[in-house]
Amino acid sequence: MAGLAAAFGSGAMTNSVAELEDSDCIFITGSNTTSSHPLVAMRINRAVQKGAKLIVADPRNIQIAEMADIRVHQNLGTDVALLNGIMNVIIRNNQHDLKFVESRTEGFEAFKKVIDHYTPEKASEITGVSPENIIRIAECFGSAKKGSIVYCMGITQHTSGVDNVKSLANLAMLTGNIGRSSTGVNPLRGQNNVQGACDMGGLPNVYPGYQAVNGPAIREKFESAWNAELSEKPGLTIPDMLKGLDTGSVKALYVVGENPMLSDPDTVHVEKALKAAELLVVQDIFMTPTAQLAHVVLPGASFAEKEGTFTNTERRVLRVRRAIDPVGDSRTDWQIIQDLSNRFGFQMDYDSPEDIMKEISDVTPSYGGITYKRLSGDGLQWPCPNLDHPGTQFLHKDKFTRGKGVFHAIEHKPPAEVVDDDFPLWMTTGRVYAHYHTGTMTRVSPSLDEEIKEGYLEIHPEDAKNIGVGLGDMIRIISRRGSITARTLITDRVRPGLVFMPFHFVECPANVLTNPAFDPVVKIPEYKVCAVKLEKVSYN
Amino acid sequence: MDYKTVLTTCTYCGCGCNMYLEVMDGRITGTIPCKTSPINEGKLCIKGWNVHEFVQSPKRLTRPMLRKNGDLTEVTWDEALDFTASRIKSIKEKHGNDSIAFLTSAKVTNEENFLLQKFARAAVGTNNIDHCARL
Repeated sequence: MAGLAAAFGSGAMTNSVAELEDSDCIFITGSNTTSSHPLVAMRINRAVQKGAKLIVADPRNIQIAEMADIRVHQNLGTDVALLNGIMNVIIRNNQHDLKFVESRTEGFEAFKKVIDHYTPEKASEITGVSPENIIRIAECFGSAKKGSIVYCMGITQHTSGVDNVKSLANLAMLTGNIGRSSTGVNPLRGQNNVQGACDMGGLPNVYPGYQAVNGPAIREKFESAWNAELSEKPGLTIPDMLKGLDTGSVKALYVVGENPMLSDPDTVHVEKALKAAELLVVQDIFMTPTAQLAHVVLPGASFAEKEGTFTNTERRVLRVRRAIDPVGDSRTDWQIIQDLSNRFGFQMDYDSPEDIMKEISDVTPSYGGITYKRLSGDGLQWPCPNLDHPGTQFLHKDKFTRGKGVFHAIEHKPPAEVVDDDFPLWMTTGRVYAHYHTGTMTRVSPSLDEEIKEGYLEIHPEDAKNIGVGLGDMIRIISRRGSITARTLITDRVRPGLVFMPFHFVECPANVLTNPAFDPVVKIPEYKVCAVKLEKVSYN
Repeated sequence: MDYKTVLTTCTYCGCGCNMYLEVMDGRITGTIPCKTSPINEGKLCIKGWNVHEFVQSPKRLTRPMLRKNGDLTEVTWDEALDFTASRIKSIKEKHGNDSIAFLTSAKVTNEENFLLQKFARAAVGTNNIDHCARL
């Protein structure tokens, strides 16, 4: 989100899901939309049926690419080069929106200087995408009247994640495809309430509503609202927390509904860090691998057992309602936190989630007009600053949140780990349609478990032949961090030299292999690229 | 026989599909997609259709636990919360506010996220709070 915040001043999906239907050109990159966001894929499907052009750029031949007008498979970690190549052609063809660039943006000249180097031929050398296809994409997106860009973790989970996002922002500004309906730069949020967790200040550098913790006026506002002395020092990100546990500067970790043992890269190191904690508290609904290491396990309640709100990928605040009571002796998470806070000596006496929302709207300008009463229908999209405001369908209409949009001049940088003689295959990770994240919910769901029971390694027929493995054989996958075994799925969904693993499965945890090298700005790890080698498993 | 439907929002991906949970005598028996939802317009994916299944899994945690003599042992809420509060307090006093860190969750509600970051910032006095947005 930092990439979009730097370019536009606001780190969120610019437009709404329903608008995709009326785009005339949709460019999807780094999103396996049909698997991970099926109801977004439905809108894209409808757009295509109405005649929209569809461009899909993904290292794998994912399902939605089957209906694309143009599909390309770039090498892992080469998104900047691909996008720069496309923008080179758009400028060369004079298909860029000069009026928009002049009136709404800044930084174009410096940006253009870099782009001028990225001829289709040079971009092709880096990305493995043919110059002809780069030109076709440029002509297609460059001539769109309502072009939408859709992306997901395939763009962000890289050491160059912020650069990748800024490059997509460049493309939208260059073609004037932002600030209007059915256009924009649209990151699909992977978890139901990632947007809300960010909006609510679940980040080390900002209070709710992205108000910086090191801004004195803002700190004073929260100090007086909360009647407490607050720290002006930005806190630690997850990788730094783990490092702190390792080195002893962090002593206690309190985890609510997360499973870093499966979700974070380099599992071996994560386990060592968590075991070093003097106090590890895990509040969850299942006994996750992380909870198994805890000193205290607190049973929280699922979404079906609580009142509250989630904020979806398009900034829409939606109501969650209690259908049943918390199971067994479990409690809703807000009640656990409130009870703990009172025992700790910091008084909290909210009588309901609605009561908490009143405080949220008081201190969070973008949620200022949000009340449970107003959420009874379709929800409200922030920014919604006051009670008369109808919410905001798309951002940056007449001006960007930060004033002018900023072009960033960005060079291609290779991923942190590349293939070599010892580890000759590229590996990438992702989701499958029936499962979700670390699988704690979907794998105990009989109907979903029935669909896909275990993890696997996607491998191209040529590579399988070279190693001498057949479909469903066990194979050992080894990276510089560790090794795991899984069955093979031989498929041309991946190209020769590339393998893929879903990361939902504790029996073959892909993140034992992944590289914890992270983006220098937002500290997102490079889940999408590492180098591996394969060994046949023999049972003698 | 007590039957009701409760309108809510799916807990899986970021689409935010609206659905009715069907509840019979205190148990969820199924889901019905919401036709008027601006997101899903009466449709759901395979995960959404089956979202009630994990809720009532026998594997759900139902009692607080404390590690005693190396093993996680069931205890009362009072014991679990008193222990946690006093340990956080003593670590804060001994090693400082920033020796304590919090991971909040993209699975819990806005209100719960708000409350946990408020506890971290206002009660413990640290900005060490993050979640897997970057993951």
